[in-house]
Amino acid sequence: MFSSLIAWFTASAQWSSTTGIPTRLLQHLGYTALTVLVAAVIAVPIGLYIGHTGRGRFLVVGLANGLRALPELGVLVLFVLLIGLGLTPVVLALMLLAIPPLLAGTYAGVSGVDPAAVDAARGVGMTERQILVQVELPNALPLMVAGLRTATLQVVATATIAAFVSLGGLGRYIVDGQAQRDFVQMAGGAVLVALLAIVLEVALQGLQRAVTPGVRRTRSTPVVGKTDTVTVGG
Amino acid sequence: MRLFGADILPLAAEHIVLALVPVLLGLVISLPLGWWAWSSRGARRILLPLTGVLYTIPSLALFVVMPLVLGTRILDPVNVVVALTIYAVALLVRSVVDGLDEVPGEVLTAGVAMGYRPLGLLFGVQLPLAVPVLVAGVRVAAVSSFSLVAVGAIIGQGALGTLFTQGFERFYTAQIVFGLVSILVLALVIDGLLMLLGRLLAPWAAARAPQRQAV
Repeated sequence: MFSSLIAWFTASAQWSSTTGIPTRLLQHLGYTALTVLVAAVIAVPIGLYIGHTGRGRFLVVGLANGLRALPELGVLVLFVLLIGLGLTPVVLALMLLAIPPLLAGTYAGVSGVDPAAVDAARGVGMTERQILVQVELPNALPLMVAGLRTATLQVVATATIAAFVSLGGLGRYIVDGQAQRDFVQMAGGAVLVALLAIVLEVALQGLQRAVTPGVRRTRSTPVVGKTDTVTVGG
Repeated sequence: MRLFGADILPLAAEHIVLALVPVLLGLVISLPLGWWAWSSRGARRILLPLTGVLYTIPSLALFVVMPLVLGTRILDPVNVVVALTIYAVALLVRSVVDGLDEVPGEVLTAGVAMGYRPLGLLFGVQLPLAVPVLVAGVRVAAVSSFSLVAVGAIIGQGALGTLFTQGFERFYTAQIVFGLVSILVLALVIDGLLMLLGRLLAPWAAARAPQRQAV
């Protein structure tokens, strides 16, 4: 079994053809990057607003709790039936997964900034906009990156399912292998997806550490820590 | 009860079993592992990152790799149960550590002074005080388990998730919506029951900090 898996990985067609591993990998990363980017454009400003003003907090909590129970596969096929095959329904379905952690991370980051620092900034005559950009945003960065990490991992995992609704990406190998009763192909795809997720997790963990100032913490993320583990697992 | 050409009740029962058995197994495995990670710095340094990596592996990939690891057939429900147990352990080890961390040092000292032996202290003092954090972890594990079982439908083992794959093949929106609603309702009912169980086991926690596991 393992030798045929190695043969599957090392076959030359696997690395040159248009359905080969590099193409599938790029497609997978493409869906993920597009989704996280669009989700961030929506979630970060809302999170900043809620964190800065304290208005609409229930939205953050409600979304994070409610969307966890939603089965992604069902949402994905529903969107495809409503919108039609293509990239749009997949990105929309994946966005539902990416928005809550990004929103929660941004909100928790901004609202967790030391009120004394914000008061001091106000005291020296900073405008609300300056406070947000120069004081709250830099201080919120570690938790925002924690949200980004959760969102990315969630999306990369669920993008695997996109192959079921006729898109590309690494999930193709699992879905095609299932259709062709080709277990080697399925296992190969699964190993690739798992490796990709682990590599991204390690990279984003590194990024999170890089933006966290001061003493290295022994426990990675204090506040989002709980939401962190809450939403993953596609 | 037949709906959309399928027997719904057996599917729902299968879904509940496939979702909850792993959470139960996960809790049983996590308690000693979490205690070990709590009591030893070295174990914590290995176990917590390891569970983090396990939790990162996408569910579909884990379902597919299981037969390789376990030697089962691809359509064996054991694959889904073991894969979801791994997720539950990954989540709950952290909850056990967090829960035990919550117990104040002076309470432990008082317990020792009253003559509790280590095991008695664990079951008589530490675990009861860790219940709110544990229940919060179990609720998260259970709710996500319900949605993860459905993913198994792609490899022919998804209980209510088959409503999604079949509905997609037949372009039948109502069937998909029905699947979504039924899985959501099941997950929320279980979540509510677990919340009640938490209140029963640790009535002081709800009064003290109602919002604590929210964000």
